[in-house]
Amino acid sequence: MNSLYYQKKLSRNVGDKFFTSLSVFCAFIAILPLIFVVTYILIKGGAQINSDLFTLEPNPPGDDLDAGGINPALIGTLIITTIASIIAIPVGVGGGIYLAEYSKGGPFSKFIRFGVNVLAGVPSIIAGVFIYALIVSTKILFGSMYSGLAGGMALSILMLPTVIKTTDEGLKLVPNELRYASLGIGASMYTTILKITLPSAFRSIATGVVLGIARAAGETAPLIFTALFSYYYIVGFEDLFYEMGSLAVLIYNFALEPYDAQNKLAWAASFILVISILSVNIFSRILAAFTETTKRV
Amino acid sequence: MIKTNKKIPKNIILSLEDVSISYGTFEAVKNVFCNFKRGDITSLIGPSGCGKSTVLRALNRMNDLIPNCSLKGTVLFDGTNIYDKRVDPVEVRRRIGMVFQQPNPFPKSIYENIAFGARINGFTGNMDELVESSLRKAAVWSECKDKLNDSGYSLSGGQQQRLCIARTIAIEPEIILMDEPCSALDPISTLKIEETMHELKKNYTIIIVTHNMQQALRVSDMTAFFNAIEYEDGDGGKVGYLAEFDSTKKIFNSPKEKTTQEYISGKFG
Repeated sequence: MNSLYYQKKLSRNVGDKFFTSLSVFCAFIAILPLIFVVTYILIKGGAQINSDLFTLEPNPPGDDLDAGGINPALIGTLIITTIASIIAIPVGVGGGIYLAEYSKGGPFSKFIRFGVNVLAGVPSIIAGVFIYALIVSTKILFGSMYSGLAGGMALSILMLPTVIKTTDEGLKLVPNELRYASLGIGASMYTTILKITLPSAFRSIATGVVLGIARAAGETAPLIFTALFSYYYIVGFEDLFYEMGSLAVLIYNFALEPYDAQNKLAWAASFILVISILSVNIFSRILAAFTETTKRV
Repeated sequence: MIKTNKKIPKNIILSLEDVSISYGTFEAVKNVFCNFKRGDITSLIGPSGCGKSTVLRALNRMNDLIPNCSLKGTVLFDGTNIYDKRVDPVEVRRRIGMVFQQPNPFPKSIYENIAFGARINGFTGNMDELVESSLRKAAVWSECKDKLNDSGYSLSGGQQQRLCIARTIAIEPEIILMDEPCSALDPISTLKIEETMHELKKNYTIIIVTHNMQQALRVSDMTAFFNAIEYEDGDGGKVGYLAEFDSTKKIFNSPKEKTTQEYISGKFG
Protein backbone atom coordinates (compact mmCIF):
# COMPACT_ATOMS: atom_id res chain seq x y z
CA MET A 1 0.00 0.00 0.00
CA ASN A 2 1.22 3.45 -0.91
CA SER A 3 1.24 6.18 1.67
CA LEU A 4 -1.48 8.85 1.29
CA TYR A 5 1.12 11.60 1.72
CA TYR A 6 2.44 13.50 -1.29
CA GLN A 7 5.69 11.97 -2.50
CA LYS A 8 8.02 14.22 -4.49
CA LYS A 9 10.06 11.39 -5.97
CA LEU A 10 7.13 9.60 -7.53
CA SER A 11 7.58 9.57 -11.32
CA ARG A 12 4.10 11.00 -11.99
CA ASN A 13 4.75 13.89 -9.60
CA VAL A 14 8.15 14.59 -11.14
CA GLY A 15 6.59 14.56 -14.63
CA ASP A 16 3.80 16.79 -13.46
CA LYS A 17 6.24 19.37 -12.04
CA PHE A 18 8.30 19.26 -15.24
CA PHE A 19 5.40 19.91 -17.57
CA THR A 20 3.97 22.63 -15.36
CA SER A 21 7.27 24.53 -15.41
CA LEU A 22 7.67 23.91 -19.14
CA SER A 23 4.30 25.45 -19.94
CA VAL A 24 4.94 28.40 -17.64
CA PHE A 25 8.27 28.94 -19.43
CA CYS A 26 6.63 28.82 -22.87
CA ALA A 27 3.92 31.22 -21.76
CA PHE A 28 6.64 33.62 -20.63
CA ILE A 29 8.51 33.33 -23.95
CA ALA A 30 5.27 33.99 -25.78
CA ILE A 31 4.67 37.29 -24.03
CA LEU A 32 8.32 38.48 -24.41
CA PRO A 33 8.03 39.87 -27.96
CA LEU A 34 5.08 42.02 -26.94
CA ILE A 35 6.92 43.40 -23.94
CA PHE A 36 10.12 44.05 -25.94
CA VAL A 37 8.35 45.62 -28.91
CA VAL A 38 6.21 47.90 -26.80
CA THR A 39 9.00 49.03 -24.47
CA TYR A 40 11.46 49.52 -27.34
CA ILE A 41 9.00 51.64 -29.26
CA LEU A 42 8.00 53.56 -26.16
CA ILE A 43 11.65 54.38 -25.40
CA LYS A 44 12.81 55.04 -28.96
CA GLY A 45 9.68 56.84 -30.08
CA GLY A 46 8.75 58.52 -26.83
CA ALA A 47 12.00 60.52 -26.96
CA GLN A 48 10.97 62.06 -30.30
CA ILE A 49 7.63 63.41 -29.18
CA ASN A 50 7.29 67.19 -29.37
CA SER A 51 4.60 69.62 -30.38
CA ASP A 52 6.03 70.22 -33.89
CA LEU A 53 5.46 66.56 -34.60
CA PHE A 54 1.71 67.00 -34.60
CA THR A 55 1.58 70.22 -36.60
CA LEU A 56 4.27 70.08 -39.30
CA GLU A 57 4.53 68.41 -42.67
CA PRO A 58 7.35 65.89 -43.02
CA ASN A 59 10.31 67.24 -44.96
CA PRO A 60 11.48 65.29 -47.98
CA PRO A 61 14.33 62.91 -47.12
CA GLY A 62 17.79 64.14 -47.91
CA ASP A 63 17.56 67.38 -45.98
CA ASP A 64 19.33 66.08 -42.93
CA LEU A 65 18.69 69.09 -40.74
CA ASP A 66 15.07 68.69 -39.78
CA ALA A 67 12.57 65.98 -40.58
CA GLY A 68 9.44 68.00 -39.77
CA GLY A 69 6.25 66.45 -38.37
CA ILE A 70 3.69 63.81 -39.12
CA ASN A 71 0.54 65.89 -39.23
CA PRO A 72 -0.61 64.79 -42.74
CA ALA A 73 -0.05 61.12 -41.91
CA LEU A 74 -1.90 61.40 -38.59
CA ILE A 75 -4.90 63.12 -40.18
CA GLY A 76 -4.65 60.73 -43.13
CA THR A 77 -4.88 57.67 -40.90
CA LEU A 78 -7.94 59.17 -39.18
CA ILE A 79 -9.61 59.92 -42.52
CA ILE A 80 -8.80 56.57 -44.11
CA THR A 81 -10.04 54.58 -41.10
CA THR A 82 -13.16 56.74 -40.98
CA ILE A 83 -13.88 56.00 -44.64
CA ALA A 84 -13.27 52.30 -43.97
CA SER A 85 -15.69 52.42 -41.02
CA ILE A 86 -18.35 54.24 -43.01
CA ILE A 87 -18.25 51.44 -45.57
CA ALA A 88 -17.65 48.42 -43.34
CA ILE A 89 -19.92 49.14 -40.37
CA PRO A 90 -23.28 49.41 -42.18
CA VAL A 91 -22.51 46.53 -44.54
CA GLY A 92 -21.04 44.37 -41.77
CA VAL A 93 -23.81 45.04 -39.25
CA GLY A 94 -26.41 44.49 -41.96
CA GLY A 95 -24.83 41.21 -42.96
CA GLY A 96 -24.57 40.13 -39.34
CA ILE A 97 -28.25 40.94 -38.83
CA TYR A 98 -29.12 38.77 -41.81
CA LEU A 99 -27.05 35.86 -40.48
CA ALA A 100 -28.34 36.03 -36.92
CA GLU A 101 -31.95 37.10 -37.41
CA TYR A 102 -33.24 36.24 -40.85
CA SER A 103 -31.27 33.28 -42.15
CA LYS A 104 -32.63 29.86 -41.28
CA GLY A 105 -29.34 27.99 -41.58
CA GLY A 106 -29.81 27.25 -45.27
CA PRO A 107 -27.07 26.88 -47.88
CA PHE A 108 -26.94 30.62 -48.57
CA SER A 109 -26.19 31.57 -44.96
CA LYS A 110 -23.70 28.70 -44.66
CA PHE A 111 -21.98 30.02 -47.75
CA ILE A 112 -21.84 33.53 -46.28
CA ARG A 113 -20.46 32.30 -42.95
CA PHE A 114 -17.82 30.31 -44.78
CA GLY A 115 -17.02 33.28 -46.99
CA VAL A 116 -16.65 35.58 -44.00
CA ASN A 117 -14.20 33.17 -42.38
CA VAL A 118 -12.18 32.98 -45.59
CA LEU A 119 -12.20 36.76 -45.89
CA ALA A 120 -10.91 37.02 -42.32
CA GLY A 121 -7.92 34.94 -43.33
CA VAL A 122 -7.13 36.76 -46.56
CA PRO A 123 -3.70 38.43 -46.34
CA SER A 124 -4.08 42.19 -46.14
CA ILE A 125 -1.87 42.74 -49.17
CA ILE A 126 -4.45 40.89 -51.29
CA ALA A 127 -7.08 43.42 -50.24
CA GLY A 128 -4.71 46.15 -51.41
CA VAL A 129 -4.00 44.51 -54.76
CA PHE A 130 -7.72 43.90 -55.27
CA ILE A 131 -8.63 47.57 -54.77
CA TYR A 132 -5.63 48.55 -56.87
CA ALA A 133 -6.91 46.49 -59.76
CA LEU A 134 -10.54 47.49 -59.26
CA ILE A 135 -10.22 51.22 -58.55
CA VAL A 136 -6.72 52.60 -58.81
CA SER A 137 -5.59 51.21 -62.15
CA THR A 138 -8.99 51.72 -63.75
CA LYS A 139 -9.26 55.37 -62.53
CA ILE A 140 -12.92 54.67 -61.94
CA LEU A 141 -13.23 57.23 -59.13
CA PHE A 142 -13.57 60.48 -61.12
CA GLY A 143 -10.30 59.80 -62.88
CA SER A 144 -8.20 59.76 -59.72
CA MET A 145 -5.70 56.99 -59.20
CA TYR A 146 -4.12 56.57 -55.78
CA SER A 147 -6.45 58.15 -53.23
CA GLY A 148 -7.49 58.19 -49.60
CA LEU A 149 -10.86 56.92 -50.74
CA ALA A 150 -9.31 53.84 -52.33
CA GLY A 151 -7.25 53.31 -49.16
CA GLY A 152 -10.42 53.41 -47.05
CA MET A 153 -12.04 50.85 -49.32
CA ALA A 154 -9.09 48.48 -49.00
CA LEU A 155 -9.19 48.75 -45.20
CA SER A 156 -12.96 48.25 -45.16
CA ILE A 157 -12.42 44.82 -46.74
CA LEU A 158 -10.23 43.93 -43.76
CA MET A 159 -12.75 45.29 -41.25
CA LEU A 160 -15.78 43.55 -42.74
CA PRO A 161 -15.29 40.01 -41.39
CA THR A 162 -14.71 41.24 -37.83
CA VAL A 163 -17.81 43.41 -37.91
CA ILE A 164 -20.02 40.70 -39.46
CA LYS A 165 -18.83 38.05 -37.02
CA THR A 166 -19.22 40.13 -33.88
CA THR A 167 -22.65 41.37 -34.96
CA ASP A 168 -23.74 37.81 -35.68
CA GLU A 169 -22.41 36.54 -32.35
CA GLY A 170 -23.64 39.54 -30.38
CA LEU A 171 -27.17 39.12 -31.72
CA LYS A 172 -27.13 35.39 -31.03
CA LEU A 173 -26.44 36.16 -27.37
CA VAL A 174 -29.72 38.08 -27.11
CA PRO A 175 -32.18 35.62 -25.52
CA ASN A 176 -34.91 34.39 -27.83
CA GLU A 177 -37.52 35.21 -25.19
CA LEU A 178 -36.92 38.87 -25.88
CA ARG A 179 -37.63 38.39 -29.58
CA TYR A 180 -40.74 36.37 -28.83
CA ALA A 181 -41.91 39.05 -26.40
CA SER A 182 -41.72 41.68 -29.07
CA LEU A 183 -43.17 39.55 -31.86
CA GLY A 184 -45.84 38.27 -29.48
CA ILE A 185 -47.30 41.74 -29.07
CA GLY A 186 -47.47 42.24 -32.79
CA ALA A 187 -44.16 43.90 -33.59
CA SER A 188 -42.83 43.20 -37.04
CA MET A 189 -39.46 41.54 -37.50
CA TYR A 190 -37.99 44.88 -38.53
CA THR A 191 -39.25 46.76 -35.46
CA THR A 192 -38.10 43.92 -33.22
CA ILE A 193 -34.58 43.99 -34.59
CA LEU A 194 -34.29 47.77 -34.65
CA LYS A 195 -35.88 48.50 -31.27
CA ILE A 196 -35.22 45.39 -29.17
CA THR A 197 -32.48 43.06 -30.38
CA LEU A 198 -29.98 45.54 -31.80
CA PRO A 199 -29.99 47.81 -28.71
CA SER A 200 -29.55 44.73 -26.49
CA ALA A 201 -26.54 43.63 -28.51
CA PHE A 202 -25.20 47.14 -29.00
CA ARG A 203 -22.19 46.88 -26.73
CA SER A 204 -20.88 43.59 -28.05
CA ILE A 205 -21.28 44.88 -31.59
CA ALA A 206 -19.51 48.11 -30.65
CA THR A 207 -16.65 46.08 -29.17
CA GLY A 208 -16.24 44.20 -32.43
CA VAL A 209 -16.37 47.37 -34.47
CA VAL A 210 -13.69 48.99 -32.32
CA LEU A 211 -11.45 45.94 -32.67
CA GLY A 212 -11.99 46.01 -36.42
CA ILE A 213 -11.01 49.66 -36.55
CA ALA A 214 -7.91 48.97 -34.47
CA ARG A 215 -6.87 46.22 -36.86
CA ALA A 216 -7.44 48.35 -39.94
CA ALA A 217 -5.63 51.42 -38.59
CA GLY A 218 -2.34 49.60 -38.32
CA GLU A 219 -2.34 48.02 -41.79
CA THR A 220 0.38 49.06 -44.23
CA ALA A 221 0.27 46.67 -47.16
CA PRO A 222 -3.19 47.56 -48.49
CA LEU A 223 -2.40 51.27 -48.28
CA ILE A 224 0.82 51.06 -50.30
CA PHE A 225 -1.26 49.96 -53.29
CA THR A 226 -4.14 52.35 -52.77
CA ALA A 227 -3.53 55.52 -50.77
CA LEU A 228 0.20 55.63 -51.40
CA PHE A 229 1.76 58.52 -49.48
CA SER A 230 1.77 62.29 -49.38
CA TYR A 231 3.99 64.88 -47.75
CA TYR A 232 1.43 67.66 -47.78
CA TYR A 233 -1.23 68.94 -45.45
CA ILE A 234 -4.75 67.75 -46.04
CA VAL A 235 -6.64 70.98 -46.60
CA GLY A 236 -9.95 70.19 -48.22
CA PHE A 237 -12.50 67.69 -49.38
CA GLU A 238 -10.89 67.25 -52.80
CA ASP A 239 -7.77 65.82 -51.12
CA LEU A 240 -9.74 62.62 -50.67
CA PHE A 241 -9.18 61.94 -54.36
CA TYR A 242 -5.40 62.28 -54.19
CA GLU A 243 -2.57 60.35 -52.61
CA MET A 244 -2.93 60.43 -48.85
CA GLY A 245 -0.35 59.79 -46.15
CA SER A 246 -0.90 57.48 -43.23
CA LEU A 247 1.09 56.58 -40.13
CA ALA A 248 1.72 53.01 -41.23
CA VAL A 249 3.05 53.95 -44.67
CA LEU A 250 5.06 56.82 -43.19
CA ILE A 251 6.80 54.35 -40.93
CA TYR A 252 7.40 52.00 -43.86
CA ASN A 253 8.86 54.77 -46.01
CA PHE A 254 10.94 56.63 -43.45
CA ALA A 255 12.32 53.69 -41.51
CA LEU A 256 14.09 52.58 -44.69
CA GLU A 257 15.62 56.01 -45.41
CA PRO A 258 19.36 56.30 -44.84
CA TYR A 259 18.92 59.60 -42.98
CA ASP A 260 18.76 59.73 -39.22
CA ALA A 261 16.14 62.49 -39.05
CA GLN A 262 13.64 60.47 -41.07
CA ASN A 263 14.31 57.37 -38.99
CA LYS A 264 13.53 59.31 -35.85
CA LEU A 265 10.28 60.49 -37.39
CA ALA A 266 9.40 56.87 -38.15
CA TRP A 267 10.02 56.00 -34.49
CA ALA A 268 7.79 58.82 -33.36
CA ALA A 269 5.04 57.69 -35.72
CA SER A 270 5.40 54.11 -34.42
CA PHE A 271 5.00 55.40 -30.91
CA ILE A 272 1.80 57.22 -31.73
CA LEU A 273 0.40 54.31 -33.73
CA VAL A 274 1.13 51.79 -30.97
CA ILE A 275 -0.30 54.03 -28.28
CA SER A 276 -3.50 54.69 -30.20
CA ILE A 277 -4.07 51.04 -31.15
CA LEU A 278 -3.30 49.97 -27.61
CA SER A 279 -5.77 52.47 -26.16
CA VAL A 280 -8.44 51.48 -28.68
CA ASN A 281 -7.95 47.85 -27.66
CA ILE A 282 -8.15 48.72 -23.97
CA PHE A 283 -11.26 50.78 -24.67
CA SER A 284 -12.89 47.78 -26.33
CA ARG A 285 -11.96 45.61 -23.34
CA ILE A 286 -13.64 48.05 -21.00
CA LEU A 287 -16.67 48.11 -23.28
CA ALA A 288 -16.82 44.31 -23.27
CA ALA A 289 -16.39 44.07 -19.49
CA PHE A 290 -19.15 46.63 -19.08
CA THR A 291 -21.40 44.48 -21.26
CA GLU A 292 -20.84 41.43 -19.12
CA THR A 293 -21.76 43.19 -15.91
CA THR A 294 -24.89 44.77 -17.32
CA LYS A 295 -26.16 41.50 -18.78
CA ARG A 296 -27.01 40.07 -15.40
CA VAL A 297 -29.29 42.91 -14.35
CA MET B 1 -61.83 38.89 -46.09
CA ILE B 2 -60.79 35.30 -46.06
CA LYS B 3 -63.90 33.72 -44.63
CA THR B 4 -65.04 30.16 -44.80
CA ASN B 5 -68.60 29.23 -45.55
CA LYS B 6 -68.94 26.91 -42.61
CA LYS B 7 -71.35 27.94 -39.91
CA ILE B 8 -69.54 28.69 -36.70
CA PRO B 9 -71.53 29.78 -33.66
CA LYS B 10 -71.00 33.45 -32.84
CA ASN B 11 -69.73 32.76 -29.36
CA ILE B 12 -66.83 30.69 -30.67
CA ILE B 13 -63.80 32.95 -31.09
CA LEU B 14 -61.19 30.37 -32.06
CA SER B 15 -61.77 27.06 -33.66
CA LEU B 16 -59.23 24.33 -34.42
CA GLU B 17 -60.26 21.96 -37.20
CA ASP B 18 -58.21 18.83 -37.67
CA VAL B 19 -54.96 20.55 -36.69
CA SER B 20 -51.74 18.52 -36.84
CA ILE B 21 -48.39 20.14 -36.09
CA SER B 22 -44.99 18.68 -36.94
CA TYR B 23 -41.40 19.63 -36.32
CA GLY B 24 -39.68 18.44 -39.48
CA THR B 25 -40.77 14.85 -39.88
CA PHE B 26 -41.63 14.46 -36.21
CA GLU B 27 -45.35 14.83 -35.59
CA ALA B 28 -45.86 16.60 -32.27
CA VAL B 29 -49.64 16.66 -32.08
CA LYS B 30 -52.32 15.46 -34.44
CA ASN B 31 -55.97 15.74 -35.37
CA VAL B 32 -57.02 18.35 -32.83
CA PHE B 33 -60.58 19.61 -33.02
CA CYS B 34 -61.38 22.27 -30.47
CA ASN B 35 -63.60 25.34 -30.06
CA PHE B 36 -62.69 28.16 -27.70
CA LYS B 37 -65.58 30.26 -26.43
CA ARG B 38 -65.46 34.03 -26.32
CA GLY B 39 -64.93 35.42 -22.81
CA ASP B 40 -63.94 32.08 -21.30
CA ILE B 41 -60.75 31.05 -19.64
CA THR B 42 -59.72 27.75 -21.18
CA SER B 43 -56.84 25.79 -19.75
CA LEU B 44 -54.76 23.24 -21.60
CA ILE B 45 -53.38 20.53 -19.34
CA GLY B 46 -51.54 17.28 -19.91
CA PRO B 47 -48.26 15.48 -19.35
CA SER B 48 -44.96 16.78 -20.76
CA GLY B 49 -44.52 16.26 -24.48
CA CYS B 50 -48.23 16.10 -25.25
CA GLY B 51 -48.05 19.19 -27.44
CA LYS B 52 -50.15 21.61 -25.41
CA SER B 53 -47.60 24.44 -25.66
CA THR B 54 -47.18 23.66 -29.35
CA VAL B 55 -50.93 24.03 -29.85
CA LEU B 56 -50.95 27.28 -27.87
CA ARG B 57 -48.16 28.77 -29.97
CA ALA B 58 -50.01 27.72 -33.09
CA LEU B 59 -52.92 29.95 -32.11
CA ASN B 60 -51.06 33.18 -32.87
CA ARG B 61 -48.54 31.78 -35.32
CA MET B 62 -45.58 31.95 -32.93
CA ASN B 63 -44.62 28.55 -34.34
CA ASP B 64 -43.63 30.35 -37.52
CA LEU B 65 -40.50 31.41 -35.64
CA ILE B 66 -39.40 27.83 -35.03
CA PRO B 67 -37.57 26.39 -38.04
CA ASN B 68 -39.17 23.31 -39.63
CA CYS B 69 -42.43 23.70 -37.75
CA SER B 70 -45.42 23.09 -39.99
CA LEU B 71 -49.16 22.92 -39.45
CA LYS B 72 -51.91 21.06 -41.27
CA GLY B 73 -55.58 21.81 -40.82
CA THR B 74 -57.23 25.14 -40.14
CA VAL B 75 -57.29 27.56 -37.22
CA LEU B 76 -60.31 29.80 -37.54
CA PHE B 77 -60.20 33.11 -35.72
CA ASP B 78 -63.48 35.00 -36.10
CA GLY B 79 -64.15 32.83 -39.15
CA THR B 80 -60.79 33.54 -40.79
CA ASN B 81 -58.20 30.84 -41.27
CA ILE B 82 -55.09 32.42 -39.78
CA TYR B 83 -52.91 29.96 -41.70
CA ASP B 84 -54.20 31.20 -45.05
CA LYS B 85 -51.33 32.36 -47.25
CA ARG B 86 -52.78 35.87 -47.47
CA VAL B 87 -52.85 36.37 -43.69
CA ASP B 88 -50.16 38.59 -42.12
CA PRO B 89 -48.87 36.88 -38.96
CA VAL B 90 -47.95 40.26 -37.46
CA GLU B 91 -51.61 41.30 -37.61
CA VAL B 92 -52.65 37.98 -36.06
CA ARG B 93 -50.31 38.55 -33.12
CA ARG B 94 -51.71 42.03 -32.58
CA ARG B 95 -55.18 40.53 -32.14
CA ILE B 96 -54.00 37.47 -30.20
CA GLY B 97 -51.35 38.48 -27.63
CA MET B 98 -49.08 36.15 -25.73
CA VAL B 99 -47.54 35.91 -22.26
CA PHE B 100 -44.60 33.55 -21.91
CA GLN B 101 -43.31 31.06 -19.37
CA GLN B 102 -40.35 33.16 -18.28
CA PRO B 103 -41.11 36.79 -17.47
CA ASN B 104 -39.44 38.61 -20.37
CA PRO B 105 -39.74 42.37 -19.98
CA PHE B 106 -37.83 44.48 -22.49
CA PRO B 107 -34.57 46.00 -21.23
CA LYS B 108 -36.36 49.35 -21.05
CA SER B 109 -38.21 51.35 -18.43
CA ILE B 110 -41.51 50.06 -17.07
CA TYR B 111 -43.31 52.86 -18.90
CA GLU B 112 -41.58 52.02 -22.19
CA ASN B 113 -42.36 48.34 -21.78
CA ILE B 114 -46.06 49.20 -22.01
CA ALA B 115 -45.73 52.05 -24.49
CA PHE B 116 -43.61 50.08 -26.98
CA GLY B 117 -46.36 47.73 -28.09
CA ALA B 118 -49.00 50.45 -28.15
CA ARG B 119 -46.82 52.74 -30.20
CA ILE B 120 -45.98 50.17 -32.87
CA ASN B 121 -49.68 49.42 -33.10
CA GLY B 122 -50.34 53.02 -34.01
CA PHE B 123 -51.80 54.13 -30.67
CA THR B 124 -52.32 57.89 -30.73
CA GLY B 125 -54.30 58.50 -27.53
CA ASN B 126 -53.01 59.52 -24.12
CA MET B 127 -50.05 57.24 -23.49
CA ASP B 128 -49.85 58.04 -19.75
CA GLU B 129 -53.45 56.96 -19.35
CA LEU B 130 -52.91 53.78 -21.31
CA VAL B 131 -49.86 52.85 -19.24
CA GLU B 132 -51.78 53.42 -16.02
CA SER B 133 -54.89 51.53 -17.09
CA SER B 134 -52.89 48.59 -18.44
CA LEU B 135 -50.86 48.33 -15.25
CA ARG B 136 -54.05 48.61 -13.21
CA LYS B 137 -55.76 45.86 -15.17
CA ALA B 138 -52.74 43.63 -14.62
CA ALA B 139 -52.89 44.45 -10.88
CA VAL B 140 -49.35 45.77 -10.75
CA TRP B 141 -50.02 49.53 -10.74
CA SER B 142 -49.55 50.05 -7.02
CA GLU B 143 -46.10 48.46 -7.16
CA CYS B 144 -45.03 50.35 -10.27
CA LYS B 145 -46.56 53.78 -10.04
CA ASP B 146 -43.61 55.38 -8.24
CA LYS B 147 -40.94 53.93 -10.49
CA LEU B 148 -42.28 54.04 -14.02
CA ASN B 149 -38.90 55.18 -15.27
CA ASP B 150 -36.98 52.34 -13.62
CA SER B 151 -35.89 49.35 -15.67
CA GLY B 152 -38.42 46.55 -16.03
CA TYR B 153 -35.76 44.27 -14.54
CA SER B 154 -35.91 46.11 -11.21
CA LEU B 155 -39.20 44.35 -10.45
CA SER B 156 -39.52 40.95 -8.80
CA GLY B 157 -40.32 37.89 -10.92
CA GLY B 158 -44.03 37.99 -10.19
CA GLN B 159 -44.22 41.72 -10.83
CA GLN B 160 -42.28 41.27 -14.07
CA GLN B 161 -44.80 38.68 -15.22
CA ARG B 162 -47.68 41.02 -14.45
CA LEU B 163 -45.81 43.75 -16.31
CA CYS B 164 -45.66 41.37 -19.27
CA ILE B 165 -49.41 40.81 -18.95
CA ALA B 166 -49.93 44.58 -18.82
CA ARG B 167 -47.78 44.94 -21.92
CA THR B 168 -50.00 42.47 -23.72
CA ILE B 169 -53.19 44.16 -22.53
CA ALA B 170 -51.92 47.51 -23.78
CA ILE B 171 -52.21 46.40 -27.39
CA GLU B 172 -55.91 45.60 -26.78
CA PRO B 173 -55.88 42.05 -28.09
CA GLU B 174 -59.03 39.93 -28.29
CA ILE B 175 -57.38 36.82 -26.95
CA ILE B 176 -54.51 36.47 -24.48
CA LEU B 177 -52.47 33.28 -24.67
CA MET B 178 -50.52 32.33 -21.57
CA ASP B 179 -47.84 29.65 -21.69
CA GLU B 180 -47.36 28.41 -18.11
CA PRO B 181 -47.26 32.01 -16.85
CA CYS B 182 -46.74 30.99 -13.23
CA SER B 183 -44.26 28.16 -13.54
CA ALA B 184 -41.34 30.44 -12.65
CA LEU B 185 -43.15 32.17 -9.80
CA ASP B 186 -43.73 31.69 -6.09
CA PRO B 187 -47.21 30.81 -4.74
CA ILE B 188 -48.08 34.37 -3.71
CA SER B 189 -47.21 35.82 -7.11
CA THR B 190 -49.13 32.95 -8.68
CA LEU B 191 -52.18 33.85 -6.66
CA LYS B 192 -51.93 37.46 -7.76
CA ILE B 193 -51.66 36.47 -11.42
CA GLU B 194 -54.72 34.27 -11.02
CA GLU B 195 -56.64 37.18 -9.52
CA THR B 196 -55.49 39.27 -12.45
CA MET B 197 -56.84 36.64 -14.82
CA HIS B 198 -60.23 36.74 -13.17
CA GLU B 199 -60.28 40.51 -13.70
CA LEU B 200 -59.20 40.17 -17.31
CA LYS B 201 -61.92 37.65 -18.06
CA LYS B 202 -64.43 40.48 -18.25
CA ASN B 203 -62.82 41.89 -21.38
CA TYR B 204 -60.68 39.17 -22.89
CA THR B 205 -60.69 35.55 -23.88
CA ILE B 206 -57.84 33.73 -22.17
CA ILE B 207 -56.22 30.44 -23.11
CA ILE B 208 -53.65 29.17 -20.62
CA VAL B 209 -51.27 26.23 -20.62
CA THR B 210 -50.55 25.00 -17.12
CA HIS B 211 -48.85 22.09 -15.43
CA ASN B 212 -50.63 22.91 -12.23
CA MET B 213 -53.98 21.13 -12.14
CA GLN B 214 -55.16 23.07 -9.11
CA GLN B 215 -54.56 26.23 -11.09
CA ALA B 216 -56.63 24.91 -14.00
CA LEU B 217 -59.38 24.09 -11.54
CA ARG B 218 -59.19 27.54 -9.90
CA VAL B 219 -59.10 29.76 -12.94
CA SER B 220 -60.66 28.09 -15.95
CA ASP B 221 -64.17 27.57 -17.26
CA MET B 222 -63.17 24.97 -19.81
CA THR B 223 -60.34 22.46 -19.72
CA ALA B 224 -58.69 20.59 -22.56
CA PHE B 225 -56.74 17.51 -21.56
CA PHE B 226 -53.98 16.56 -23.98
CA ASN B 227 -52.28 13.21 -23.83
CA ALA B 228 -49.48 11.52 -25.74
CA ILE B 229 -49.56 8.03 -27.17
CA GLU B 230 -46.80 6.00 -28.72
CA TYR B 231 -46.78 5.69 -32.46
CA GLU B 232 -48.48 2.64 -33.87
CA ASP B 233 -45.26 1.52 -35.57
CA GLY B 234 -43.77 1.37 -32.10
CA ASP B 235 -40.39 3.10 -32.47
CA GLY B 236 -40.83 4.75 -29.11
CA GLY B 237 -41.78 8.22 -30.43
CA LYS B 238 -44.89 9.84 -29.02
CA VAL B 239 -47.55 11.97 -30.61
CA GLY B 240 -49.90 14.26 -28.74
CA TYR B 241 -53.67 14.36 -29.17
CA LEU B 242 -56.61 16.06 -27.54
CA ALA B 243 -57.98 13.40 -25.22
CA GLU B 244 -60.89 15.25 -23.69
CA PHE B 245 -62.36 18.73 -23.82
CA ASP B 246 -65.16 19.76 -21.54
CA SER B 247 -66.11 22.17 -18.78
CA THR B 248 -63.53 22.25 -16.03
CA LYS B 249 -66.07 20.90 -13.56
CA LYS B 250 -66.76 17.83 -15.66
CA ILE B 251 -63.10 17.17 -16.40
CA PHE B 252 -62.20 17.24 -12.73
CA ASN B 253 -65.32 15.58 -11.32
CA SER B 254 -66.55 13.10 -13.86
CA PRO B 255 -64.17 12.73 -16.80
CA LYS B 256 -65.29 10.45 -19.60
CA GLU B 257 -61.84 9.10 -20.41
CA LYS B 258 -59.94 6.78 -18.15
CA THR B 259 -56.61 8.51 -18.92
CA THR B 260 -58.06 11.88 -17.90
CA GLN B 261 -59.13 10.38 -14.59
CA GLU B 262 -55.68 8.91 -14.10
CA TYR B 263 -53.89 12.15 -14.97
CA ILE B 264 -56.15 14.25 -12.74
CA SER B 265 -55.57 11.94 -9.82
CA GLY B 266 -51.81 12.06 -10.36
CA LYS B 267 -51.20 8.50 -11.55
CA PHE B 268 -48.94 9.78 -14.37
CA GLY B 269 -47.78 13.06 -15.82
